Amino acid sequence: MDTHTIFALVVMGTAALVVAAGTIVPGLSQGKAINTAMDAIARQPDASDRISRTLFVGLAMIESLAIYCLVIALILLFANPFSHMFER
Amino acid sequence: MEERGLFPQVLFRLGPVEVAGTVAYSLVVSAVLIGFALLVRYGLRRRMSGWQVAAEFLIDHLEGVMRDMFASDPRPYTPLVVTLALFIGTANLIGLAPGMRAPTADFSTAAALAAVVFLAVPFYGIRARGLRGYFRHYLEPTPLLLPLEVITEFSRTLALAIRLFGNVMSEELVIAVLLSIAGLLVPVPLMMLAVLTGLVQAYIFAVLTVVYLSAAVRAHQH
Repeated sequence: MDTHTIFALVVMGTAALVVAAGTIVPGLSQGKAINTAMDAIARQPDASDRISRTLFVGLAMIESLAIYCLVIALILLFANPFSHMFER
Repeated sequence: MEERGLFPQVLFRLGPVEVAGTVAYSLVVSAVLIGFALLVRYGLRRRMSGWQVAAEFLIDHLEGVMRDMFASDPRPYTPLVVTLALFIGTANLIGLAPGMRAPTADFSTAAALAAVVFLAVPFYGIRARGLRGYFRHYLEPTPLLLPLEVITEFSRTLALAIRLFGNVMSEELVIAVLLSIAGLLVPVPLMMLAVLTGLVQAYIFAVLTVVYLSAAVRAHQH
Protein backbone atom coordinates (compact mmCIF):
# COMPACT_ATOMS: atom_id res chain seq x y z
CA MET A 1 0.00 0.00 0.00
CA ASP A 2 1.37 3.39 -0.93
CA THR A 3 0.86 6.48 1.21
CA HIS A 4 -2.04 7.65 -0.95
CA THR A 5 -4.06 4.54 -0.22
CA ILE A 6 -3.28 4.72 3.48
CA PHE A 7 -4.28 8.39 3.50
CA ALA A 8 -7.59 7.62 1.77
CA LEU A 9 -8.32 4.78 4.20
CA VAL A 10 -7.56 6.92 7.25
CA VAL A 11 -9.67 9.78 5.96
CA MET A 12 -12.63 7.54 5.20
CA GLY A 13 -12.40 5.83 8.58
CA THR A 14 -12.14 9.14 10.38
CA ALA A 15 -15.11 10.60 8.50
CA ALA A 16 -17.22 7.57 9.37
CA LEU A 17 -16.20 7.80 13.03
CA VAL A 18 -16.93 11.54 13.14
CA VAL A 19 -20.42 11.08 11.73
CA ALA A 20 -21.12 8.11 14.01
CA ALA A 21 -20.05 9.87 17.20
CA GLY A 22 -21.64 13.09 16.02
CA THR A 23 -25.06 11.49 15.61
CA ILE A 24 -25.12 9.29 18.71
CA VAL A 25 -24.59 12.02 21.28
CA PRO A 26 -26.93 14.68 19.82
CA GLY A 27 -29.49 11.89 19.26
CA LEU A 28 -29.43 10.96 22.92
CA SER A 29 -29.60 14.56 24.08
CA GLN A 30 -32.42 15.41 21.68
CA GLY A 31 -34.35 12.46 23.03
CA LYS A 32 -33.81 13.74 26.52
CA ALA A 33 -34.94 17.24 25.56
CA ILE A 34 -38.12 15.95 23.90
CA ASN A 35 -38.79 13.68 26.87
CA THR A 36 -38.59 16.58 29.28
CA ALA A 37 -40.71 18.82 27.08
CA MET A 38 -43.38 16.12 26.83
CA ASP A 39 -43.41 15.84 30.62
CA ALA A 40 -43.78 19.60 30.91
CA ILE A 41 -46.62 19.72 28.36
CA ALA A 42 -48.41 16.85 30.08
CA ARG A 43 -48.17 18.71 33.37
CA GLN A 44 -49.12 22.13 31.98
CA PRO A 45 -50.99 21.85 28.67
CA ASP A 46 -51.71 25.60 28.71
CA ALA A 47 -48.04 26.44 28.30
CA SER A 48 -47.56 24.06 25.37
CA ASP A 49 -47.05 26.90 22.86
CA ARG A 50 -44.20 28.41 24.74
CA ILE A 51 -42.68 25.04 25.65
CA SER A 52 -42.73 23.73 22.11
CA ARG A 53 -41.20 26.94 20.77
CA THR A 54 -38.36 26.71 23.28
CA LEU A 55 -38.07 23.02 22.45
CA PHE A 56 -37.64 23.82 18.75
CA VAL A 57 -34.93 26.36 19.43
CA GLY A 58 -33.16 23.96 21.77
CA LEU A 59 -33.41 21.11 19.28
CA ALA A 60 -31.93 23.37 16.63
CA MET A 61 -29.02 24.13 18.93
CA ILE A 62 -28.41 20.43 19.57
CA GLU A 63 -28.94 19.58 15.93
CA SER A 64 -26.24 22.01 14.90
CA LEU A 65 -23.71 19.89 16.80
CA ALA A 66 -24.51 16.96 14.56
CA ILE A 67 -24.35 19.25 11.56
CA TYR A 68 -20.88 20.46 12.59
CA CYS A 69 -19.70 16.86 12.60
CA LEU A 70 -21.27 16.26 9.19
CA VAL A 71 -19.64 19.36 7.73
CA ILE A 72 -16.25 18.33 9.12
CA ALA A 73 -16.67 14.83 7.70
CA LEU A 74 -17.58 16.25 4.29
CA ILE A 75 -14.61 18.62 4.38
CA LEU A 76 -12.36 15.66 5.21
CA LEU A 77 -13.76 13.70 2.28
CA PHE A 78 -14.22 16.29 -0.46
CA ALA A 79 -12.17 19.36 0.42
CA ASN A 80 -9.31 17.92 2.45
CA PRO A 81 -6.64 20.63 2.80
CA PHE A 82 -3.85 18.05 3.12
CA SER A 83 -4.74 15.81 0.19
CA HIS A 84 -2.16 17.50 -2.10
CA MET A 85 0.62 16.16 0.17
CA PHE A 86 -0.38 12.62 -0.72
CA GLU A 87 -0.93 12.97 -4.46
CA ARG A 88 0.29 10.05 -6.46
CA MET B 1 -21.13 14.27 -6.17
CA GLU B 2 -18.48 16.76 -5.29
CA GLU B 3 -20.08 19.28 -7.60
CA ARG B 4 -23.48 18.72 -6.11
CA GLY B 5 -22.39 18.51 -2.52
CA LEU B 6 -20.20 21.34 -1.42
CA PHE B 7 -19.48 23.69 -4.29
CA PRO B 8 -21.90 25.68 -6.44
CA GLN B 9 -21.96 24.96 -10.13
CA VAL B 10 -21.60 27.62 -12.78
CA LEU B 11 -24.93 27.82 -14.55
CA PHE B 12 -24.07 30.10 -17.49
CA ARG B 13 -21.73 32.95 -18.39
CA LEU B 14 -22.52 36.60 -18.99
CA GLY B 15 -19.39 37.74 -20.79
CA PRO B 16 -16.56 37.30 -18.29
CA VAL B 17 -18.90 36.85 -15.34
CA GLU B 18 -19.72 33.33 -14.25
CA VAL B 19 -23.27 33.18 -12.93
CA ALA B 20 -23.50 30.46 -10.30
CA GLY B 21 -26.71 28.53 -9.89
CA THR B 22 -26.99 29.97 -6.41
CA VAL B 23 -27.35 33.53 -7.70
CA ALA B 24 -29.84 32.61 -10.40
CA TYR B 25 -32.01 30.57 -8.03
CA SER B 26 -31.89 33.28 -5.36
CA LEU B 27 -33.23 35.69 -7.97
CA VAL B 28 -35.98 33.19 -8.80
CA VAL B 29 -36.85 33.03 -5.10
CA SER B 30 -36.94 36.82 -4.89
CA ALA B 31 -39.15 37.00 -7.97
CA VAL B 32 -41.55 34.44 -6.48
CA LEU B 33 -41.76 36.36 -3.21
CA ILE B 34 -42.22 39.75 -4.91
CA GLY B 35 -44.91 38.22 -7.10
CA PHE B 36 -46.63 36.84 -4.01
CA ALA B 37 -46.41 40.22 -2.29
CA LEU B 38 -47.88 42.03 -5.31
CA LEU B 39 -50.63 39.43 -5.61
CA VAL B 40 -51.60 39.95 -1.97
CA ARG B 41 -51.16 43.72 -2.14
CA TYR B 42 -53.47 44.24 -5.10
CA GLY B 43 -55.90 41.61 -3.95
CA LEU B 44 -56.60 43.25 -0.58
CA ARG B 45 -60.34 43.03 -0.02
CA ARG B 46 -62.63 43.03 2.94
CA ARG B 47 -63.70 39.56 1.87
CA MET B 48 -60.30 37.95 2.20
CA SER B 49 -58.82 35.76 -0.47
CA GLY B 50 -56.89 32.61 0.40
CA TRP B 51 -53.54 34.27 -0.29
CA GLN B 52 -54.36 37.13 2.03
CA VAL B 53 -55.34 34.72 4.79
CA ALA B 54 -52.07 32.84 4.34
CA ALA B 55 -49.98 36.02 4.47
CA GLU B 56 -51.83 37.39 7.48
CA PHE B 57 -51.56 34.09 9.32
CA LEU B 58 -47.82 33.96 8.79
CA ILE B 59 -47.19 37.53 9.87
CA ASP B 60 -49.58 37.25 12.83
CA HIS B 61 -47.86 34.12 14.05
CA LEU B 62 -44.34 35.53 13.86
CA GLU B 63 -45.49 38.79 15.43
CA GLY B 64 -46.98 36.78 18.28
CA VAL B 65 -43.64 35.05 18.82
CA MET B 66 -41.90 38.43 18.78
CA ARG B 67 -44.41 40.02 21.13
CA ASP B 68 -43.68 37.28 23.67
CA MET B 69 -39.93 37.70 23.36
CA PHE B 70 -39.61 41.49 23.16
CA ALA B 71 -42.39 42.27 25.60
CA SER B 72 -43.07 45.31 23.44
CA ASP B 73 -44.43 46.27 20.01
CA PRO B 74 -42.83 43.97 17.41
CA ARG B 75 -43.61 46.25 14.43
CA PRO B 76 -40.06 47.57 13.83
CA TYR B 77 -38.69 44.04 13.58
CA THR B 78 -41.46 42.43 11.54
CA PRO B 79 -40.03 43.25 8.08
CA LEU B 80 -36.61 41.75 8.80
CA VAL B 81 -37.81 38.63 10.57
CA VAL B 82 -40.68 37.78 8.23
CA THR B 83 -38.52 38.44 5.16
CA LEU B 84 -35.84 36.10 6.49
CA ALA B 85 -38.40 33.39 7.24
CA LEU B 86 -40.11 33.74 3.85
CA PHE B 87 -36.87 33.88 1.88
CA ILE B 88 -35.29 30.90 3.60
CA GLY B 89 -38.48 28.85 3.47
CA THR B 90 -38.99 29.50 -0.24
CA ALA B 91 -35.30 28.95 -0.96
CA ASN B 92 -35.36 25.59 0.82
CA LEU B 93 -38.49 24.47 -1.01
CA ILE B 94 -37.32 25.57 -4.45
CA GLY B 95 -34.54 22.99 -4.23
CA LEU B 96 -37.21 20.29 -4.57
CA ALA B 97 -38.27 21.54 -8.00
CA PRO B 98 -36.71 19.43 -10.75
CA GLY B 99 -33.46 20.87 -12.09
CA MET B 100 -33.12 23.46 -9.35
CA ARG B 101 -30.95 23.58 -6.26
CA ALA B 102 -31.79 25.30 -3.03
CA PRO B 103 -29.74 28.52 -2.86
CA THR B 104 -29.32 27.89 0.86
CA ALA B 105 -27.45 24.63 0.10
CA ASP B 106 -24.54 26.92 -0.82
CA PHE B 107 -22.55 28.19 2.12
CA SER B 108 -22.32 31.68 0.58
CA THR B 109 -26.08 32.23 0.83
CA ALA B 110 -26.28 30.95 4.39
CA ALA B 111 -23.29 33.08 5.39
CA ALA B 112 -24.82 36.17 3.77
CA LEU B 113 -28.11 35.64 5.62
CA ALA B 114 -26.25 35.14 8.91
CA ALA B 115 -24.24 38.31 8.19
CA VAL B 116 -27.51 40.21 7.84
CA VAL B 117 -28.47 39.07 11.33
CA PHE B 118 -24.96 39.81 12.62
CA LEU B 119 -25.29 43.43 11.44
CA ALA B 120 -28.95 43.82 12.38
CA VAL B 121 -28.33 42.99 16.04
CA PRO B 122 -26.13 46.04 16.84
CA PHE B 123 -28.25 48.20 14.50
CA TYR B 124 -31.50 47.57 16.35
CA GLY B 125 -29.68 47.43 19.68
CA ILE B 126 -28.16 50.87 19.26
CA ARG B 127 -31.41 52.26 17.93
CA ALA B 128 -33.33 51.01 20.96
CA ARG B 129 -30.84 51.67 23.75
CA GLY B 130 -28.40 54.24 22.41
CA LEU B 131 -24.72 53.72 21.65
CA ARG B 132 -23.67 53.80 25.29
CA GLY B 133 -26.48 51.60 26.52
CA TYR B 134 -25.87 49.02 23.83
CA PHE B 135 -22.13 48.69 24.35
CA ARG B 136 -22.49 48.68 28.11
CA HIS B 137 -24.17 45.29 28.01
CA TYR B 138 -20.82 43.86 26.91
CA LEU B 139 -19.37 44.99 30.24
CA GLU B 140 -22.16 43.59 32.37
CA PRO B 141 -22.05 41.94 34.88
CA THR B 142 -18.25 42.27 34.85
CA PRO B 143 -15.73 43.46 32.23
CA LEU B 144 -13.88 40.18 32.68
CA LEU B 145 -16.45 38.52 30.45
CA LEU B 146 -15.86 40.89 27.53
CA PRO B 147 -13.79 38.41 25.45
CA LEU B 148 -16.44 35.74 25.90
CA GLU B 149 -19.19 38.14 24.83
CA VAL B 150 -17.27 39.04 21.68
CA ILE B 151 -16.59 35.37 20.89
CA THR B 152 -20.29 34.66 21.40
CA GLU B 153 -21.23 37.26 18.79
CA PHE B 154 -19.06 35.60 16.16
CA SER B 155 -19.64 31.97 17.07
CA ARG B 156 -23.40 32.26 17.06
CA THR B 157 -23.29 33.90 13.63
CA LEU B 158 -21.12 31.04 12.38
CA ALA B 159 -23.47 28.55 14.01
CA LEU B 160 -26.48 30.20 12.35
CA ALA B 161 -24.85 29.95 8.93
CA ILE B 162 -23.54 26.40 9.33
CA ARG B 163 -26.83 25.13 10.76
CA LEU B 164 -28.83 26.35 7.77
CA PHE B 165 -26.23 25.31 5.20
CA GLY B 166 -25.57 21.92 6.77
CA ASN B 167 -29.21 20.96 7.10
CA VAL B 168 -30.24 21.93 3.60
CA MET B 169 -27.08 20.64 1.94
CA SER B 170 -27.15 17.31 3.75
CA GLU B 171 -30.80 16.83 2.81
CA GLU B 172 -29.96 17.42 -0.86
CA LEU B 173 -26.92 15.17 -0.62
CA VAL B 174 -28.94 12.31 0.86
CA ILE B 175 -31.54 12.63 -1.90
CA ALA B 176 -28.79 12.70 -4.56
CA VAL B 177 -27.05 9.63 -3.10
CA LEU B 178 -30.30 7.72 -2.85
CA LEU B 179 -31.24 8.68 -6.39
CA SER B 180 -27.91 7.47 -7.73
CA ILE B 181 -27.97 4.10 -5.95
CA ALA B 182 -31.68 3.25 -5.78
CA GLY B 183 -33.57 4.90 -8.61
CA LEU B 184 -36.43 7.15 -9.51
CA LEU B 185 -39.13 6.97 -6.84
CA VAL B 186 -37.13 5.89 -3.80
CA PRO B 187 -36.12 9.43 -2.64
CA VAL B 188 -39.74 10.65 -2.62
CA PRO B 189 -40.33 9.99 1.13
CA LEU B 190 -37.09 11.80 1.88
CA MET B 191 -38.24 14.72 -0.26
CA MET B 192 -41.41 14.88 1.83
CA LEU B 193 -39.15 15.01 4.88
CA ALA B 194 -37.17 17.76 3.14
CA VAL B 195 -40.34 19.87 2.89
CA LEU B 196 -40.73 19.59 6.66
CA THR B 197 -37.09 20.20 7.58
CA GLY B 198 -36.81 23.07 5.11
CA LEU B 199 -39.74 24.92 6.67
CA VAL B 200 -38.58 24.08 10.20
CA GLN B 201 -35.13 25.46 9.41
CA ALA B 202 -36.67 28.70 8.12
CA TYR B 203 -38.76 28.95 11.30
CA ILE B 204 -35.75 28.26 13.51
CA PHE B 205 -33.64 30.84 11.71
CA ALA B 206 -36.37 33.44 12.22
CA VAL B 207 -36.91 32.53 15.87
CA LEU B 208 -33.18 32.61 16.62
CA THR B 209 -33.00 36.02 14.95
CA VAL B 210 -35.78 37.16 17.26
CA VAL B 211 -33.92 35.75 20.27
CA TYR B 212 -30.69 37.56 19.36
CA LEU B 213 -32.51 40.80 18.58
CA SER B 214 -34.50 40.71 21.79
CA ALA B 215 -31.33 40.12 23.81
CA ALA B 216 -29.79 43.21 22.21
CA VAL B 217 -32.89 45.41 22.38
CA ARG B 218 -34.30 44.68 25.78
CA ALA B 219 -33.00 46.89 28.54
CA HIS B 220 -32.12 45.02 31.69
CA GLN B 221 -35.12 44.99 33.97
CA HIS B 222 -33.22 44.97 37.22
